[in-house]
Amino acid sequence: MATASVYSGPGFDFTNEVRNNFLTERGIPLPKATSTGTTIVGCLFKDGVILGADTRATEGPIVADKNCEKIHYITDNIRCCGAGTAADTEFTTALISSNMELHSLSTGRKPRVVTAMTMLKQMLFRYQGQIGAALVLGGVDVTGPQLFTIHPHGSTDKLPYVTMGSGSLAAMAVFEAQWKPNMERAEALDLVCAAVSAGIFNDLGSGSNVDACVITASHTETLRNFVKPNERVQKERSYTFRRGTTEWKKEEIRALVVEEDITHITGGRGAEEAMDTS
Amino acid sequence: METIDIARLKSGEVNLGTSIMAVQFKDGVVVGADSRTTTGSYIANRVTDKLTHVHERIYCCRSGSAADTQAIADIVHYYLQLHTQMSGSPPPVHTAATMFQKLCYENKDALSAGIIVAGWDKEAGPSVYNIPLGGGLFKQPWAIGGSGSTYVYGYCDATYQEGWDRDQTVEFVKNTLALAMSRDGSSGGVIRMCVITEDKVERLFVPGDQLPKFWQGKEVLGSEVPRSAELAGAVAMAVDA
Repeated sequence: MATASVYSGPGFDFTNEVRNNFLTERGIPLPKATSTGTTIVGCLFKDGVILGADTRATEGPIVADKNCEKIHYITDNIRCCGAGTAADTEFTTALISSNMELHSLSTGRKPRVVTAMTMLKQMLFRYQGQIGAALVLGGVDVTGPQLFTIHPHGSTDKLPYVTMGSGSLAAMAVFEAQWKPNMERAEALDLVCAAVSAGIFNDLGSGSNVDACVITASHTETLRNFVKPNERVQKERSYTFRRGTTEWKKEEIRALVVEEDITHITGGRGAEEAMDTS
Repeated sequence: METIDIARLKSGEVNLGTSIMAVQFKDGVVVGADSRTTTGSYIANRVTDKLTHVHERIYCCRSGSAADTQAIADIVHYYLQLHTQMSGSPPPVHTAATMFQKLCYENKDALSAGIIVAGWDKEAGPSVYNIPLGGGLFKQPWAIGGSGSTYVYGYCDATYQEGWDRDQTVEFVKNTLALAMSRDGSSGGVIRMCVITEDKVERLFVPGDQLPKFWQGKEVLGSEVPRSAELAGAVAMAVDA
């Protein structure tokens, strides 16, 4: 009888889908993935688009990373903010980034934002929400500044200002109160920072610093840790103790290295060959 | 025996809790929709465009899952472009409707999509096709759909008449949608409409603070409309991207 193949192909494996759902229903939950309980935003302005994100990554109630990057590179003129499962946002954006590079190489044209949007929505739709990536996609192409949101099931929206992630409600409140069309760069950047800050301070899943990215027709500017409202300050007291604070009463030194006696054998083949090398 | 329901509703899905409509008249069709997209109780988009272009003179109104209906509309849009290239002439509305119906019926277990297809073609003139959840295909003089439609079937039955002109039809669509949006919590925002005729496709837009008003409760609450009710009706408008 032929032995069963042990080869497993690349990509997702859904073999245990039904079993895992059954176990979850019976009260045995799956291990948690690192989720970016997140505030990500995007905003159009006069000359282009600005993306913003907080920098907290969480695993349930634990902050897994205090300063992670959520604004991912797609092409020189397109960036994508990711919320949801950290690994999923990381790998989907990396894959689409790669495919966009190949696409622009084969067409010989500058990549468009709608192309990236279509690739992302078709991939996310194919996986029926199993890839937990909620994205804000922004960039400037031959048709002008573009801004989209993409939900995990593959639906997209095109709006002049958008927010996503657990802090989206707080951030959207800021946009709804203050956004206006054709803002200047500085004004729009302030608004994006205010929106992300609202998420950082009012949503438990978001925190730490504000990252921003300003994309215009001629230039893309990455502003990593643009605002740091939560910096650790110098401790008021020092907790380092004077040397010798703890008294020692006994000293014992052991030799942990085993000593060996090596007897060198003179003459014979070994010695002759050794001589040759010199 | 206990069974596991794998085909349960996908959690966290974006829904078009919707009021959509299409009505034909002598020279064309009027399609209309509200603009609300929801994720649970949160409005993900308050100025959504649910009237989707699939060909020059064929539009569809989408209700149900946003992801599913966008995917279907994208596929049909692609098929119709192919069809036009191969046959050398614009496709009949019936062809587009059949494409939608095939996708909706053959994947009925995986989809939640209620679609109304409407448009104008050389063979049949104006036509409206309704494709409800199971994937049926029904030709109708008027069709309503989405969660808000249940509130206005009676109004449509009582009001609709054959032989209307363009303006009467637009008024009918506008009033029906305003009534549906006022009763259905999952519908709201603004009214978007398209008038599709042989010559052109005209887009119409009714802001949230200019929706037709009906009975406001003056008989009960006095002639003064309370200020709070007026404010609630005036939904702030976003500038279209």
